[in-house]
Amino acid sequence: MIPLLIGIPAVLAVLFQIVRNEKARGYIVYAGAGIIMLTTVVFVARWITAGAQTQMFYLETETIDHLMTVGDVFLMCLIIWLSVKHGKVLPIILSVVQTGIVLYTEFTAEVAEAPHMMADWLTILMCVIIAFIGGFICIYTVGYMKGYHKHHTEVKDRQPFFFSMLFLFLAAMFGLVLSQNLIWIYFFWEITSVISFLMIGYTRTDEAVNNSFCALWMNLLGGLGFAVAIAVMAQVSGSLQLLHVVEVGAALPLMCLALAGMTKSAQLPFSTWLLGAMVAPTPSSALLHSATMVKAGVYLLIRISPALEGNLVGIIVSSIGGFTFIMASMMAIAQNDAKKVLAFSTISNLGLIVGCTGIGAEETVWAAVFLMIFHSVSKSMLFQSVGAAENTLGSRDIEDMHGLIIRVPKLAYIMGIGIAGMYLAPFGMLISKWVALKAFVDSGNVILVLCIAYGSATTMFYWTKWLAKLICYHIPRDKVKDVTRRDEYVSMFFHAASMLLLCLLLPAIAVFVINPIVRNLFGNTHDVISMSVLTTMAIMLVSIFIVPAVMFFVSRRSHKELVPIYMNGVNNGDNRFFINSFGGQDHLYLSNWYLRFEFGRRHLRIPSIIVAAAVLVVGFCLVIGGVTWL
Amino acid sequence: MAVKVGIVLAYLVLAPFIGGLLDGLDRIISARMQRRKGPSILQPFYDLGKLFSKQLIAVNNVQLLLNLSYLVILMIAGAMLFSGADLLMVLFILSTADMFLIMAASSDSSPYANMGASREMMQMMAYEPLTLLVAVGFYLTTGSFHVGDIIQQPVSAILWMPGLLVGFMFTAAIKFRKSPFDLSTSHHAHQEMVKGITTEMSGSALAIMNIAEYYEMIVLLGIFFLFFVNSTWWSWIVAFVICLVLFFMETLWDNISARLKWKTVLYGCWVVTLIAGGVNILILMLDR
Repeated sequence: MIPLLIGIPAVLAVLFQIVRNEKARGYIVYAGAGIIMLTTVVFVARWITAGAQTQMFYLETETIDHLMTVGDVFLMCLIIWLSVKHGKVLPIILSVVQTGIVLYTEFTAEVAEAPHMMADWLTILMCVIIAFIGGFICIYTVGYMKGYHKHHTEVKDRQPFFFSMLFLFLAAMFGLVLSQNLIWIYFFWEITSVISFLMIGYTRTDEAVNNSFCALWMNLLGGLGFAVAIAVMAQVSGSLQLLHVVEVGAALPLMCLALAGMTKSAQLPFSTWLLGAMVAPTPSSALLHSATMVKAGVYLLIRISPALEGNLVGIIVSSIGGFTFIMASMMAIAQNDAKKVLAFSTISNLGLIVGCTGIGAEETVWAAVFLMIFHSVSKSMLFQSVGAAENTLGSRDIEDMHGLIIRVPKLAYIMGIGIAGMYLAPFGMLISKWVALKAFVDSGNVILVLCIAYGSATTMFYWTKWLAKLICYHIPRDKVKDVTRRDEYVSMFFHAASMLLLCLLLPAIAVFVINPIVRNLFGNTHDVISMSVLTTMAIMLVSIFIVPAVMFFVSRRSHKELVPIYMNGVNNGDNRFFINSFGGQDHLYLSNWYLRFEFGRRHLRIPSIIVAAAVLVVGFCLVIGGVTWL
Repeated sequence: MAVKVGIVLAYLVLAPFIGGLLDGLDRIISARMQRRKGPSILQPFYDLGKLFSKQLIAVNNVQLLLNLSYLVILMIAGAMLFSGADLLMVLFILSTADMFLIMAASSDSSPYANMGASREMMQMMAYEPLTLLVAVGFYLTTGSFHVGDIIQQPVSAILWMPGLLVGFMFTAAIKFRKSPFDLSTSHHAHQEMVKGITTEMSGSALAIMNIAEYYEMIVLLGIFFLFFVNSTWWSWIVAFVICLVLFFMETLWDNISARLKWKTVLYGCWVVTLIAGGVNILILMLDR
């Protein structure tokens, strides 16, 4: 089954280079996404009927190993070629050094034979996320790209390339989460770095090229960390198994892998690349933020988190995560570009997840997995709805979404569900915050407790003002025509439905999916969260839906007279105009509050990068120093 | 179980009356502080009656629905607190309820209501960290987030978390909508933002909002109560008296202070949270 999971998307990626007809391509995407989902369902079903045990695959893989070596060299050549073309030096150095290290290790080190791939609960969960969220994003892309090229006539239409990259990304992600051998993971890891680099540069503007190279060098730095981890593991313990990294628990490989994970998940000081990635068409952002890329980083950190409990590496990882959580959420307040807000919120939420993995206790990993699931669904949904709103309104400024509920109700509801899922009371994100807070207190980390307390306050601020903007009732200035296509709505409705289902089935997911994952990672586990809390949550959740619904009918029965709003008695006509001090007529314009001078990126970005970089450098010094002392 | 149901029902029925009486008391005390006679203690109820009797006018069709949701969700939060459920959850629901109030205010695209809503969000950002820390403090001192466990401790929690009490008194002034923190709305409509968040609410909608505030007031006093109560019977009386004293102090503070600028409020609350709350939590954690 595994070759199919990786192979089908890869074959489809090649197919898009051959089939150039737009209509045919659309059907191939629908069919392809469907086949990927179906394959995953079959794979999961077979795995569960086989007893849902951890399975190992592929003990002897000499041919594939050689092919991967060729692939590594090819990626290196590609990076060198593109860097030379655009006159960049840093990526070349990083790429050559890390490929050298990996190849040297591969050919010289004596490594015990061991399985190369593995399927356990975490892998299965990741596969489902990749197949379904990634698959629906691909379906959404078909409709979106048509609208995109209608608006952006200055961008050269390179859709076949874009679709190839989307599917190749899925293939690489399947490979990454299924692999167990470090060199294999490294190979897929590099593919995701390069593809995200190519996708960010889609428009080929100067800004896009610069941002894509920024993403490239940062991710290659993480790749370098990965390569060093491989070399050290081969020297120290003669094994290249990810499981052994956790078992051995040597500080340096863990630190290097954590660095790789943190660059991929865009933690400070490396968060710049994810913000720069916003120049690409929205589906690539949706994919990078929800199903792939940043989730790869988080996935790796969750895998190694049992080894991080209570040691220096864990402290560094959790401090950087907590710090990122609060700083990114503060910077999100000052943004009015919807995609920027989403990017900052991704960084901040991933910060919370990384903080959880750094503590490395059962509860925190439980919370981390939970956060990851909810973050995937709601972020994917939010990006898609923002993309659709951008095609419809011609802008992705939150200010322009004033009263979206009147103008494009469907999109407003989808966006609203996504936002509510990110922070409102009984939705899933909050239960994980509850667990995380409890676990941080139990682990005695006062800094993280403070981070989560302040961070959730700032998080609340930027989401609330966006939500409030959506539901402003007003008389629109001009009618907008919803140009969102049917396939886009199919994808968004799927996400909205799964979000609501995830909330309703929360206790079931906790018991049947997340507890087994924690059990896989830690051996035996107790129930992290008691059933009574979960049922309370479910009751609350129902009430949060039912209360407004009932109130809707209650309030509809009342007869009320609609009057104009209060404007000091200078209203003119309807609620849209007022009379200014010159006696002329002015448009009423309501703006959100951005606290730019307090929380702006200009003030916070550089200091926070410096602080995070300092923590990282000191951490590395301590770890390396510690290794020689022992 | 029967006792729990009884307490919850008592809360749901009595909270608006107690809240109204406290409001009336507040107005009399304030008046005496200002050398006025002040209204009768039942004045808040007369006001509510009048509001309900008014013709229903509104600026849009959703405000009433959102206001009602605010009320009901606050009732749920209170019911959870008084049934001995998880304190952290109660606080989360409390924020969700406030969210509905903000939505109600911003739904009408009115300049003053919008300004009030923005300020309300800012105030939430100011008090939220401390409320979470209070819950953490209870967890550290009593080993449980559950109100049912917290009230059965041999020693009152206040001995271990005086800093958090100070911080909670400081930020509770925001929730009580007391000066110097009454940025999002005011008792008097002649200020720069008119009535802020309630500008566009009238008649029944305003009455509902007032009743909801009474429920919220009782929830907050309930949390204050938790600081002092322990397993002995007389601690309940002590806690009750202290709650009244604390309420009097909020009134006093309201009368002797002028409204602050938002920046002072935000940074003030955050600094107090960090110093009073953070240090308290740090000591509790080191002590464990």
